[in-house]
Amino acid sequence: MPTLPIETPSPPNVDATGAVVVFQDVAIAFEDNVVLDGVSFHLAPGETKALFGVAGTGKSTILKLVLGLIKPDSGEIYALGEKVTQMKEEDLFELRRRIGIVFQESALFDSLTVRENVAFRLMEESKIGEDEIERRVREALSFVELEHTLDLFPSELSGGMRRRVAIARAIITQPEVLLYDSPTGGLDPVTSNTIIELIVKQRDVYKTSSLLVTQRLQDAFTMATHCFERQSNRMVPLPPGTRGEVPMTFLILREGKVIFDGDAHELAHSRDEYIREFVS
Amino acid sequence: MATGDFLSHIELVSPLDFAKAKIRSLQEYSLLAGQSLANLFRTPRYVADIMQQADLIGVGSLPIVLLTGFFTGAVLAVNTAASLGRFGALSLIGQLVSISMVRELGPVLTGLMVAGRNASGMASELGSMIVTEQIDAMRALGTDPIKKLVTPRVVSTIVMLFFLVILSDFLGLFGGSVVSTAMLGLDWHQYWSSAWQTLVYQDLITGLSKPVIFGFLIATVGCYYGMSAKGGTQGVGKATTEAVVASSILIISVDFFVTRLLMLLIGYR
Repeated sequence: MPTLPIETPSPPNVDATGAVVVFQDVAIAFEDNVVLDGVSFHLAPGETKALFGVAGTGKSTILKLVLGLIKPDSGEIYALGEKVTQMKEEDLFELRRRIGIVFQESALFDSLTVRENVAFRLMEESKIGEDEIERRVREALSFVELEHTLDLFPSELSGGMRRRVAIARAIITQPEVLLYDSPTGGLDPVTSNTIIELIVKQRDVYKTSSLLVTQRLQDAFTMATHCFERQSNRMVPLPPGTRGEVPMTFLILREGKVIFDGDAHELAHSRDEYIREFVS
Repeated sequence: MATGDFLSHIELVSPLDFAKAKIRSLQEYSLLAGQSLANLFRTPRYVADIMQQADLIGVGSLPIVLLTGFFTGAVLAVNTAASLGRFGALSLIGQLVSISMVRELGPVLTGLMVAGRNASGMASELGSMIVTEQIDAMRALGTDPIKKLVTPRVVSTIVMLFFLVILSDFLGLFGGSVVSTAMLGLDWHQYWSSAWQTLVYQDLITGLSKPVIFGFLIATVGCYYGMSAKGGTQGVGKATTEAVVASSILIISVDFFVTRLLMLLIGYR
């Protein structure tokens, strides 16, 4: 395992409720297809919330709404104390620089090398020197154990490596909030575990708040039952019987509505027929 | 597939919805085109991207533009030689090639060549970035894709098309001179002095203002179709085809109106 980056993130901006992300009665439809219908939840500082639901229930849409990449038909969204739903595109660019996202298919720029992809955000800020950029790119890539891929193009990487480069690109500026869109989707169990370990590391070491979209319940349960041990630099299981030791919650969507929002213990003991079927 | 099955796959659109969709497209195009120019006055300015695009668009298009220019001038001389010869005016061939190339054929044919090569390139590149979420990723990373991707392409196409047209005009005159001397037996010096002396400032203003307008149209149309691509690789293919068709038609139709407008503004010879 590589050494951890030295830089620590600045404390996140929160709104009056103390949350970094707030959804209030958000609804959105694409043509006649209602995707979200009155969704409300909040994400506390340092918390990781896993979003579940069958395909097409609007999980990825929620992440795009947080960034203001799309606008809801109704409802309010706050991110880092800013009212996203009322911001203009040019004002949103500033807010987006404080939020990192890992897209479902990585969305790396295929005409740029791994170095340029990871450095993209820093290169856009002209005040940062080349030496500093190089140092931080290496640091971010060493976090995901891909320092040797600096000069490769995304097409030369495997799916898992691309996903890890996307994580390095998202964390390079140590954002206050991280959004992961199916980071383990389509990957083998070993690579998935590596990615989950990186997310847990980011959660426990940097206390970054995050929203995690996933289809794999076992990944989220691993995150809820493990923590990152800094001394050994690896993910270790929590002692049996401990509850609430890690800031991990679950949110389940069904037909555009939130049907569950709670921790792993509440999820495991839910009496809702649909949730029980989902968990099993 | 039976006729009934085929017809069941055709989606009927009401004329009102069709008109609304077209007006919305026009509005989106206008906003993109306006924003691409407004970005010139806003920071950051992507100078490296402008230079890279200038190389791709300008230097990359050089061979086809030079070849087109040369053979257009040559074929113009071949075709008009018989008519001019009948009136004993073969010596005017330099004037004819010169005015035709500088005022019309140079800008229009170079514009069409660059549209075929670069409007398609822009639409497919940006379209692929849209369907693979790279544009969303760019926005999510805090960068304005219009500023980073569209404005450099618009600036580069305008500047490079201007110089490509000058080269194309010159190669057209050269092609005409090769035919005139090698096939028609005219004096080289006479051809060039006749071609040069016939040109007036109105010709140059007309011939050199068109590439600026055509360059703007090629880049904005190519980028617009790319940025509005939908539906995976099939959508990218559709956007590419539409970009070439739309930019080519626009070049030919706008050419008429620009020529007429410039005649009114600066007079004709």
